[in-house]
Amino acid sequence: MNTFLKISVSALAMTLVTNAAQAEGKLSVYHWFEYIPQELLDKFAAEYNVEVTMDTFDSNESMLASLKAGKLGSYDVSVPGDYMVEIMASEGMLDTFEPSELSNFGNIMPQWVDVSFDKGRHSSIPYQWGTTSFSVNRDAYKGDINTTDILFNPPEELRGKINVLDSQGELLALASLHLGIPQCTADRGQLKALNALVQEAKPHWASFGSDVAKDVLVSGDAAVGMIWSGFSAKARSEGANIEYAFPKQGYVVWMDNMVLLKDAPNRDNALKFMNFLLEPENAAAVTNYAQYTAGVTGTEPFLSDDVKNSPESNPPASPVGSFVAACSQDVQKVYDTIWTNLKK
Amino acid sequence: MAGALTTSKASNNSTYAGLGNLLMLPSWLVIGFFLVLPVGMMLIYSFLTKEFRGGIIWEFSLAAYDQFFFDRGLFGDDPARIEWTYIKIFWRSIWQAGVATFFCLLIGFPTAWFIATRTGNSRSIWLFLITIPYWVNLLIRTISMKFLIRDTGPLNEFLISTGIISDPIHIINTNFAVQLGLFYSYLPFMVLPIYASVERYNFALSEAAADLYASRITTLRQIILPTVKPGIIAGCILVFVPSLGAFLAPDLLGGAKTFMIGSLIEEQFKGNAGNWPFGAAVSMILLSMVLIVLTYYARQQSKSGER
Repeated sequence: MNTFLKISVSALAMTLVTNAAQAEGKLSVYHWFEYIPQELLDKFAAEYNVEVTMDTFDSNESMLASLKAGKLGSYDVSVPGDYMVEIMASEGMLDTFEPSELSNFGNIMPQWVDVSFDKGRHSSIPYQWGTTSFSVNRDAYKGDINTTDILFNPPEELRGKINVLDSQGELLALASLHLGIPQCTADRGQLKALNALVQEAKPHWASFGSDVAKDVLVSGDAAVGMIWSGFSAKARSEGANIEYAFPKQGYVVWMDNMVLLKDAPNRDNALKFMNFLLEPENAAAVTNYAQYTAGVTGTEPFLSDDVKNSPESNPPASPVGSFVAACSQDVQKVYDTIWTNLKK
Repeated sequence: MAGALTTSKASNNSTYAGLGNLLMLPSWLVIGFFLVLPVGMMLIYSFLTKEFRGGIIWEFSLAAYDQFFFDRGLFGDDPARIEWTYIKIFWRSIWQAGVATFFCLLIGFPTAWFIATRTGNSRSIWLFLITIPYWVNLLIRTISMKFLIRDTGPLNEFLISTGIISDPIHIINTNFAVQLGLFYSYLPFMVLPIYASVERYNFALSEAAADLYASRITTLRQIILPTVKPGIIAGCILVFVPSLGAFLAPDLLGGAKTFMIGSLIEEQFKGNAGNWPFGAAVSMILLSMVLIVLTYYARQQSKSGER
C-alpha cells in the first residue's frame, strides 16, 4: 500500500498536448492521497494558465523520507502536518515568504496565524485542520464511548474488533493522553508505563491500518476504528452506523499546512497557488471534499450542509485536543523501540 | 533455418571478432547499473551512522548490525543480551514463506502434471488460463482476496447460507490469511517451471519401469521425481524468495499487526524510525541468507551433474 502513487493529472495532460506552448509555467505539488478535488486543480490551471502536476504520499514520514532522498528541488509545495512543518523547518527544507506576497493572507483565521510550528506564518499557510480519535459502531456497543478505555482497555464485546492507525506519533500521543503523561516524556518510569500499556492493549486490536481505516468501519470488519475526523464522516456517509468520540482524557488535534519548499522550481506559481487556496470559495471546496475544517474566514456560504453540521467537525468546548509533539532524538529512539516491540 | 543461421554466423565470425567485448557492454552496463551499484550502495549505507529522522552521516559505524544482534533494553544502556526481536521477525517470514511454498508445491505439482499430459491444443488453453489472473495487478488481487475472506464476505455468507457453519470463520488478519495470500500470489511461479520439466519427461521411462515391475510409488520416487527435480527446485525458489520479502499480503491480509522482513525494512525508510543504515543492514542480512541458500543449491546441482 505504501507506494507513492504517481497521479497524472489526466484531463490537464490532454489539454497540454495541444496547449503546451501557451502554458505560462508549471507547478509541481506534493500532496496527501485523496485530499484535493481534481476540479480545484483544473480551476487553478485554467485561471492562471499553469501546468499542474501532482504526486501523492500517505504519511508525513514517507514525505520527509522522499524529499530527503533527493526529491527536494523538484516540488514547489507540499502539505505537512503541524509537527512536520517544525521538523522540515529545522532541517532547512522550507523557503520563506513575506505575508505581503500573498494578497489573501488576511483571510487566515487569527488563531492560525501565530502558530507554534511556524510563528507568524513565514513558510506555510493553513490547509485544513481536524482531529484524531476513534469511531465506534453503535450496533456493536451502546455504552459511553467518550473515553480512551475503548482503545486501550476495551469492554468485552469490542475486544478483537479494533483497527488502529498505523501511525506511531498519533497512537503514542493518544496512549500518553490515556495515561495522563506528557507527550515525548523523558521520564523512564512513564516511558515504561507507555510501553506496557500498548503491549497489553495489542491483543485486543485486530489490525493496524491507515489507508484502510474508513473501509474496515464501512465493511464491518472492525467495530472500533482509530481514525481522522473527516475520514470518519466519510465512513458515516457511506453507511456505517458509527459515532466519533471526543474522549474525556483528550484527543489529537492537527493542522495540515501548505508549505513553500526550498529550491522550489516555480516559486512564483507556488505563491499564486497558496494565495488561490486562501480564497474562501477554494478553501471551502477542499473542506467539502475532505470533510475537515479550513483555517480561513468566510468559507461558511460555500460549505455544504452535511459538512457544516457534521458532528466530527464540531468538537465540544472541553476537553480540548492536543497537537502531536515532535520528540527529541533520545526520546524518539525509545519511541521507535516501543513501536518495534509492539510489532515484533 | 537453424542450419542457415549457424553457417552465416560461422562465416561472419572474423568480422565480429574484435567486437566481442563491445557487444558485452550492454549486459555489463545493465548488471553494473541495476545490480552492483544499488547493492553496493546498500552495503555502504549499512556501515554508516544514522541521521536523526532519515538520512545518513558519512561516518563508519557498526550501530546498525549491533542493533540487529544485541538487545540493550528500552533505553539502550542495559548490558547487551542477544536480541531476539529481529530473529523472530526473520523466523516468522521464513515460516510464512515456507508454508506458502509447501502448499504451492502440493497444488502446483499435480496441476503442472495435468497440463503437461494434455495434448497440444488443450495444453495451450490450460496454460493460458493459468496466466489470466496475472494480467491484473498484484495489489488488486490481494485486495480482492481480502474481500472474499472477510467475516461478512461471500465465502462466509455462502457457508452460512448452506448451513455448514453458523458463525463466520475468522480468516482475515490471521497468519493463515497471509499464507493464503502468498500462496495465491505466487502459485504460477511453481506451476510453470514444473510444467517445463514434466513436458520434457519421456513417458516411455514410466512404461519401462512398469514393465520391470516397479510400483507406481517406486516409479514416482525413483524415476519421475529425480527427472523433474530441477523444475521443482526452481519453482520453490521462485515462490520462496519473493514471499520472504513480501509486504503486501502481511499488510492487507494479516492486518499489519506483526512485522515481516519486508515491512520491517520499509518502516526504516518510510516510518518514524527513519533509520536508513538499519534498513540497509537488514536488507544485507536478508540478501546474504538468500545467497547462501542459492549457492548451496547451485553446488548440489553441479554435484548431481558430475554424478
